Amino acid sequence: MTDRRRVLRTTAFAVAALTAATSLFTGQSIASADTVRIGYAVSKTGPNSAGTGITTIPNYVLWVKDVNEAGGLKLPDGSRRMIEVIEYDDRSSSEEAVRAVERLAVQDKVDFILPPWGTGFNLAIAPLMDKFGYPQLAVTAVTDMAPKFVQRWKKSFWFLGGGSDYSKALAEILGSAHKSGQINNKVAVVSVADGFGIDLIKSARPAFKEAGLELVFDKTYPLGTKDFNSLLTEAKTSGADTFVAFSYPPGTFGMAKQSKVLGFNPKVMYLGVGVGFPVFTKIMGPDVAGVMSLGGVDPNSQDFKDYAARHTAATTNSPDFWASSVTYASLQTLQQAIERVGLDRDAVAKEISTGEFDTILGKIKLEDNQLRKLWWTGQWQDGSFAAVSPNSRDGASSVVIPKPEWSQ
Amino acid sequence: MSKKFGLFGGLLGLLAFAPLVFEDYGLGLMIGIVSYAILAQAWSLFSGPTRYISLATVAFYGVGAYVVAVLNEDLAYPLILLIAVGTGLVMSLAVGIATLRLAGVYFVIFSFGLAELVRQLITWYEVNVSGTLGRYIFLPFEARHIYWMLLVLAGVTFAIAWWIRNSRTGMALRVIGEDEDVASHVGINITRTKLLLFAISASLMTLVGAIQAPRWVYIEPSIVFNPTVSFLTVIMALLGGPHRLLGPICGVIPLFLLFEWLSANFPNHYSILLGGVFILIVFLLPKGVLEFVDRFRLGGAAK
Repeated sequence: MTDRRRVLRTTAFAVAALTAATSLFTGQSIASADTVRIGYAVSKTGPNSAGTGITTIPNYVLWVKDVNEAGGLKLPDGSRRMIEVIEYDDRSSSEEAVRAVERLAVQDKVDFILPPWGTGFNLAIAPLMDKFGYPQLAVTAVTDMAPKFVQRWKKSFWFLGGGSDYSKALAEILGSAHKSGQINNKVAVVSVADGFGIDLIKSARPAFKEAGLELVFDKTYPLGTKDFNSLLTEAKTSGADTFVAFSYPPGTFGMAKQSKVLGFNPKVMYLGVGVGFPVFTKIMGPDVAGVMSLGGVDPNSQDFKDYAARHTAATTNSPDFWASSVTYASLQTLQQAIERVGLDRDAVAKEISTGEFDTILGKIKLEDNQLRKLWWTGQWQDGSFAAVSPNSRDGASSVVIPKPEWSQ
Repeated sequence: MSKKFGLFGGLLGLLAFAPLVFEDYGLGLMIGIVSYAILAQAWSLFSGPTRYISLATVAFYGVGAYVVAVLNEDLAYPLILLIAVGTGLVMSLAVGIATLRLAGVYFVIFSFGLAELVRQLITWYEVNVSGTLGRYIFLPFEARHIYWMLLVLAGVTFAIAWWIRNSRTGMALRVIGEDEDVASHVGINITRTKLLLFAISASLMTLVGAIQAPRWVYIEPSIVFNPTVSFLTVIMALLGGPHRLLGPICGVIPLFLLFEWLSANFPNHYSILLGGVFILIVFLLPKGVLEFVDRFRLGGAAK
């Protein structure tokens, strides 16, 4: 009896293992010629899944839905092909991300690969994308090294600027507010000890100095910090009119809430990633007014309003006000490049590099494979996160300093 | 005996041709398998006989990767690898002296904390001293180069494991694992023996991280100190059976392929299925694959 059960068990195990092995190595190449295969490996689980879930995945889903509902991707000869999606989870591990891209390129032989979320993961897959000849439209990768990467990986495109772009724009706003007497020259800065925070504070220090500002308080805090009371109290007593936090969610949310509780009400409050998330307005209520951060949108842009409505309908969440619309615009860029030159990846890369595209961000044209026409600073005004820098660009709102007092 | 060695050498030689047969994805799989095979074997080297469950694998693995990230622009590659081994060795000795007197569950907790400790120390250093977080590795290695280096390391690791099993040290370790009191009464220097094995095992893990790092291009503490690596190593070694020479590899191959298959075919349910698989393993194969095969082969006589 036990022997028979043992045999059964072993057989079951062997069969399972064999099935696993065969389907693993043969792959499911049920590619039909009349679809365009688009693959992506993103962090559905693990520490990166929060950012991926807000900015990256919803836009991929929305774009595929938009394209397929319109009858598919348009090709130069006027025919249309539906998009077939192949998606993997990199589990927030670089090694998994690398292997998933190898799988997409070699096993699944997809036509195009969409990038993962985060600077580190975009860089991890960049050499492979280059090797296999796939254009890489990196959006959620803020890096000052982009011009160098473009030299190294000719088909890589960088859509979100570098840390110094954002900190210089902020320094400019603060510098001119100081000159016109709206704020004193003292600035208190905290930054998260993480790639993003360090990048920004490093470029902010010289930029602030150049703008005639004095850093009276400058501390970093570890990723995952929940209690900001002592940091905020010190910033409050530092005499600075301006509080800047290069922070990550959920730290951004915690800091905003705790500032209210402490009655810390600086004339300028600039917080990091998370201020542009839809949930921030729910956390802060009417007190979002005047809070500043990276990114921003043109609140009067009909394109953005339509996009936000479609995004909300398709994914039940509204888009964030920084990288979401840029992500969608990068996909439109890919779509229009395919429409003009077809599915040949070299030609598509060349078209993205040199062409002009009509997107929800308006007409865009890359410079040296980078999108430079971006909003660097935004501020919550009248219920939307309005772009305030660069202020010379069409659609920019003017910055409000000092920000309104906390309501409660 | 020499026949076994011949077989072992022949197998390694055969595996060295894998890059000519497989395309990139297959090679990526091989890299994953070989690197986990080394990690699991190195882990079993120390944890198998002593029964100290260590969750510190990723602490050493990550340090190896970091050494390469810091030095890759300044030094010749072989020298970097040497420094990586040295760093792993020094670190494991320091940690070992401080903690190998801890027993059972305390050691598990400490070893888990070690990875976090190292990660926070590196973060602190990068933030406050070097002022960068996130480093780039631009080394001219392709997947096959990394694979070959890992294969050599795997050969070395298995040789060390075989040699230790058949040496006085291995015998001493097994006695320690059975009963520490008896071991000290028969004159075994317990701490020194444990320390030696811990250091060898840690140095090997450090090297795996160092060799694999060029594949990721960009490194920051949260990327290289991913605790999953520690857990997977333990599970794979336990599945195979850490008390046997070929145990770890018998755990690595099926589990690695299974994980890969799950994540390729069920990207949205991976975590749930993984948990289910673990429960099945614990219920069906509590003593490891090899033990199970033996019991089956001997028709229950082993009981």
